Amino acid sequence: MADQEFESAITDEMRALIGVKGPETVSELTTTSVRMFARSVGYVDPAFYDEDAAQARGFRSLPAPPGYLGTPIFNPADSDPTFGGRRGGGGFRSPYPLVLNGGTDIEYTGEQICAGDTLTSSTALASLNERWSGALGVPMLIQVSETTYTNQNGKVVAISRGTGISYPRPGD
Amino acid sequence: MSDAVPDQIYFEDIDVGDSIPELEKSPTSQQLVQWAAGSGDFYQIHYDTSYAQDTGLDDIIVHGALKHAFLGELLWRFAGPEGQVKRVQCSYRGMDPAAQGRESAQEKKFTLRGTVTRKYTEGERNIVELDIEGVRADGSVSTPGQGVVVLPSRG
Repeated sequence: MADQEFESAITDEMRALIGVKGPETVSELTTTSVRMFARSVGYVDPAFYDEDAAQARGFRSLPAPPGYLGTPIFNPADSDPTFGGRRGGGGFRSPYPLVLNGGTDIEYTGEQICAGDTLTSSTALASLNERWSGALGVPMLIQVSETTYTNQNGKVVAISRGTGISYPRPGD
Repeated sequence: MSDAVPDQIYFEDIDVGDSIPELEKSPTSQQLVQWAAGSGDFYQIHYDTSYAQDTGLDDIIVHGALKHAFLGELLWRFAGPEGQVKRVQCSYRGMDPAAQGRESAQEKKFTLRGTVTRKYTEGERNIVELDIEGVRADGSVSTPGQGVVVLPSRG
């Protein structure tokens, strides 16, 4: 079926934000935070809980399970109360009110990520696309954001890409 | 109950088309609260039924990032103690509910599966690519994706 025609919501100002890095966020990994994350996923591997077991496997300390890239340092003065990261986030703002999480893609460089590490990250808008949602009868704006994580030794440890899908309230 | 640390699998033992051992999850409201604390995502649609319903959802839903982390565990277990997870990618194609109250967690079973699509050597690293997916109790796939792991060689 051919896409229904609709007016693009993407402006030149929005396109100009592609590739522009936002402010830095500092995230910490501690033995307690690694255990909490691993427990919440349901891991039973002792490497995530027991430092001796982790070191016997060649890790500096408890390793970060896939998906865990530290916890942003919380400060009520400038952290988001619900998501913990920097309030507002800066950069790109969709014109549409409703948002869905479209997907997550994390690539690791192979550097160990362990308890005791501090990761500094910054996010840039990577792409903007639009498509018509036949199911909802509204246009959807698909934004991909790319975040690069660097450890305390200046080494890039991971690149994460998140897809956000925003759209107008159907019927509006 | 799966072994805490699965036996090591080697690059030579893997063929394109192989299915890897499945991982079964049954997310409950308790697990979503644990995930909220573990990940730092305290969005109320994941643990407060009234709040979720006010946003148009039928009930609380599993965090997308938790489904990504489940797929990460699937690959972590496949890679084994000497392997490495290189990439975990997935799309959230649908919402998944969590078991609450006296409801059986088994009804909200969420199975993680993977199939090897490619294997190759890059420098000294043995790389295996996989199609991975999160599957609901009714067999529908809500969370398709791709993974990459590095496996040790029998040398």
